[in-house]
Amino acid sequence: MKKIMIDPVTRLEGHGKIAIFLNDDGGVANVYFQVPELRGFEKFSEGRPAEDMPQITQRICGVCPEAHHMASTKTLDALFHVEPTSAAKKLRELLYSAFYVTDHTTHFYILAGPDFVMGPDAPPAERNILGVIAKVGLELGGAVIKTRHDNHWVIQTIGGRPIHPCFGLPGGVSKAINEEERAKIEEIAKSSVEFGKLSLKVFDDVVLKNKDYLDMVLSDTFTHRTYSMGLVDENNKVNFYDGKVRVVDPEGKEFIKYAPRDYVEHLAEHVEPWTYLKFPYLKKVGWKGFVDGKDSGVYRATPLSRLNAADGMATPLAQEEYERMYSTLGGKPAHYTLATHWARLVEIVYAAERMLELVQDPEITSTDIRNIPKATPDEGVGIVEAPRGTLTHHYITDERGVIKKCNLIVGTTNNYAAFYMSVKKAAEDLIKPGKEITEGLLNRIEMAWRPYDLCLACATHSLPGQMPLEVTIYDAQGNELKKLSQGI
Amino acid sequence: MAKLKVALYWAASCGGCDIATLAIGDKILKLAEAADIVFWPVGLDFKYADVEKMPDKSIDACLFNGAIRTSENEHIAKLLRAKSKIMIAYGSCSYEGCIPGLSNFYDRQTTFERAYIETPTTDNPEKILPQTKVKVPEGELELPEFYDTVKTLAQTVDVDYFVPGCPPEEKTTWLALEALIEGKLPPKGTVISHSAKALCDECPRIREEKKVKKFYRPYEIIPDPEKCLLEQGLLCYGIATRGGCGALCPQANMPCTGCYGPVEGVVDQGAHFLSALASIIDSNDPEEIQRIIDDIPDPAGTFYRYSLPDSLLRRARIK
Amino acid sequence: MDRFDPKIVAFCCNWCSYAGADLAGTSRMQYSPNIRIIRVMCSGRVNPLFVLKAFSLGADGVLILGCHPGDCHYIEGNYKTLRRIPLLKKMLKQLGVEEERVQLEWVSASEGARFAEVADSFTQAVKNLGPSLLHPSKQDSEEEKDG
Repeated sequence: MKKIMIDPVTRLEGHGKIAIFLNDDGGVANVYFQVPELRGFEKFSEGRPAEDMPQITQRICGVCPEAHHMASTKTLDALFHVEPTSAAKKLRELLYSAFYVTDHTTHFYILAGPDFVMGPDAPPAERNILGVIAKVGLELGGAVIKTRHDNHWVIQTIGGRPIHPCFGLPGGVSKAINEEERAKIEEIAKSSVEFGKLSLKVFDDVVLKNKDYLDMVLSDTFTHRTYSMGLVDENNKVNFYDGKVRVVDPEGKEFIKYAPRDYVEHLAEHVEPWTYLKFPYLKKVGWKGFVDGKDSGVYRATPLSRLNAADGMATPLAQEEYERMYSTLGGKPAHYTLATHWARLVEIVYAAERMLELVQDPEITSTDIRNIPKATPDEGVGIVEAPRGTLTHHYITDERGVIKKCNLIVGTTNNYAAFYMSVKKAAEDLIKPGKEITEGLLNRIEMAWRPYDLCLACATHSLPGQMPLEVTIYDAQGNELKKLSQGI
Repeated sequence: MAKLKVALYWAASCGGCDIATLAIGDKILKLAEAADIVFWPVGLDFKYADVEKMPDKSIDACLFNGAIRTSENEHIAKLLRAKSKIMIAYGSCSYEGCIPGLSNFYDRQTTFERAYIETPTTDNPEKILPQTKVKVPEGELELPEFYDTVKTLAQTVDVDYFVPGCPPEEKTTWLALEALIEGKLPPKGTVISHSAKALCDECPRIREEKKVKKFYRPYEIIPDPEKCLLEQGLLCYGIATRGGCGALCPQANMPCTGCYGPVEGVVDQGAHFLSALASIIDSNDPEEIQRIIDDIPDPAGTFYRYSLPDSLLRRARIK
Repeated sequence: MDRFDPKIVAFCCNWCSYAGADLAGTSRMQYSPNIRIIRVMCSGRVNPLFVLKAFSLGADGVLILGCHPGDCHYIEGNYKTLRRIPLLKKMLKQLGVEEERVQLEWVSASEGARFAEVADSFTQAVKNLGPSLLHPSKQDSEEEKDG
């Protein structure tokens, strides 16, 4: 059987390759999305002091280090049984909102955008950010560069460094901001809101008004009806920093809603020998294979899933855009994978509006930013929404706070089954007997995974962890023969 | 003048060095003016097959980030070395191993056992492990081999320059790129940074006398914002770390963690920091010294946080 | 290996322990021949790097011998050693080198017998531990031998 390789996948974070096997007649026999990287974070975290974890785990990903830093810092709060001060929480969420603006901007313009702006069949030498800038003009290109640069400045000002910040501690953050910095951040928040609105207009002009693209978005080829997962606040509105994890079924009905410490009851993972990454699924539904639908435990945790899982956005402009998106797509929940790009831009608007709310809060310049932990550390779970999906950190330490076991379920990992299925379906629908397989066609197959904004370094840090488990074996007479346990 | 051909690649990395390259902001347009980027998986669609077709030494410079963890990392490092005139180890992973290097406390077996067998969320009763060659109904699939030991780029191929940092800060990146664009690269083997001295040299905190009777974990105290962090008992690595980053972490009230690598001329960054810490312990009494040392919960992990693969011992030995 | 003959490196300070070793020799005292002596002016000269280098080249044990506290020819040199070695041992343990493979002892110029006794007991202790895991015979094929 003929095998075509797309190696490596490009315009994403991390390493991946796609193997497409063709029948003799030229149709697709099967497709495999392999992830060939692994680094082993959960193993080598063992023996490290817990307070090092925000800085160690953020090296899982340099595109979304703030997500790991934040999840890790929240895990430390739980581990040390210490509540961060009110100002510290706001500073954390302020940095986090600025981070969302940069990361989603990076994805839309640099990673995924070229497919739409330059076209899927454009030559590879042009189908990238430099081609985009040349085509749409220096003004928009300049706005992209400036928005990213400005928000990385915000991250540095609050978090210490523009990439791989250092400010997270159990009970708070290491540094406060002064009024001069606050005022500048406020300006950046305002222009970020404008930039978010501009980006939605770009999406409108380039994608929605282009019939070929709109057909692609709404086509069955790029649709899977799955469960959707996202973090929601007490009003069931999308929140990136804190809340409970909510999962809705393919029809939009709430299926489960859990607090961070209960994640272990709801998620499990499937292994295949041809990839280093595992496939999480909803335990209460079960693993039924690479299929979608209500009876399959496959779920998605993407910007579109977050919007599906929530009842709305917590800020006004974002809420307007949320309503406009669903009305165009024909209702909620939406399962059009390519519409994830749209949801991502709605999230830029929310992140920027949230940034503005927080930076205008009088408490944001407070110097009361640290609570010193008093309790003995033992175990903690922290969850945030990473741009690419729900991110869970779980640490167990000794009484000195040295890591004994570490457990991570990362954004992109949640989506592995789904993006694999998206690629498979696209390949099966686009490669037909007799049809020439061009570079552009292979790129269209890659367009099936790009909406997921893959972060494969994240996904393959290593693999998840510990659940207290006790198994008792009885003989035929009901006598206890053996008791096994781990993590207890 | 003909445009330079530049390639950028990530091995076992986090992608931070690629984002750091973008952090130069609008200077990226200067780079685009001077160079054609012929391979950069994060942002461009050129594939491995495109690199294989290039003539040897046709790439003027390759910025290679990431440590060497798998056979694929090794293969691409050697491929790009053959195709490139200049090989630059960009960022701490390729320079000294960085965080992935902490895996050298363990090995493939213990890493795989934890990931694919021990963890109870894993649903794997048949104990399936990823394989380098797998037969599927349609044919065969391959995965790269996961090595026991993480290596640096220089332990794998000949390297011309090193750009330190995790990731390199904007000004360090531009120092290297500007030299490349203007054809003014320093002597081969140079570690490119604004400083060859320890970070203390550029840190604004006030240094008086280093005598410590107790080391503190960062969450235990709120440090004085003006004074040297090491003098306050925090394990600030600046004393044994190359400067050039602007001392950002100490200015955020957090101790330096050592990501810019060793000071010029130092062979083993961890041993250097160990010596520095030992020399500021304020005691001559063996019992008191032991108590002070016990305040440091993870010496090897802290001292070799970024540099274990590049250290003298390279990795921990496991029985 | 049936008969394991450890390689021990001993850093001896010029003024006390090296003289003590000399005395053991001129007095024709018998002691384990496994010790390779490297003379330094002061035990405080022993950079942790030297100890790591010795292990990386195949040493099974490292001794650091200096003047008794208070007797250092350079007044404070041996106190610096006293602070350094315990921290080095703690770190080495995490790297798979047992703490018992590194020992700091005070031996004066007149303690020839003590030198011989330290050499013997340390050699025996290292024999009991077996070859260091960094020993060239235990290197796996991926390792390069250069330092």
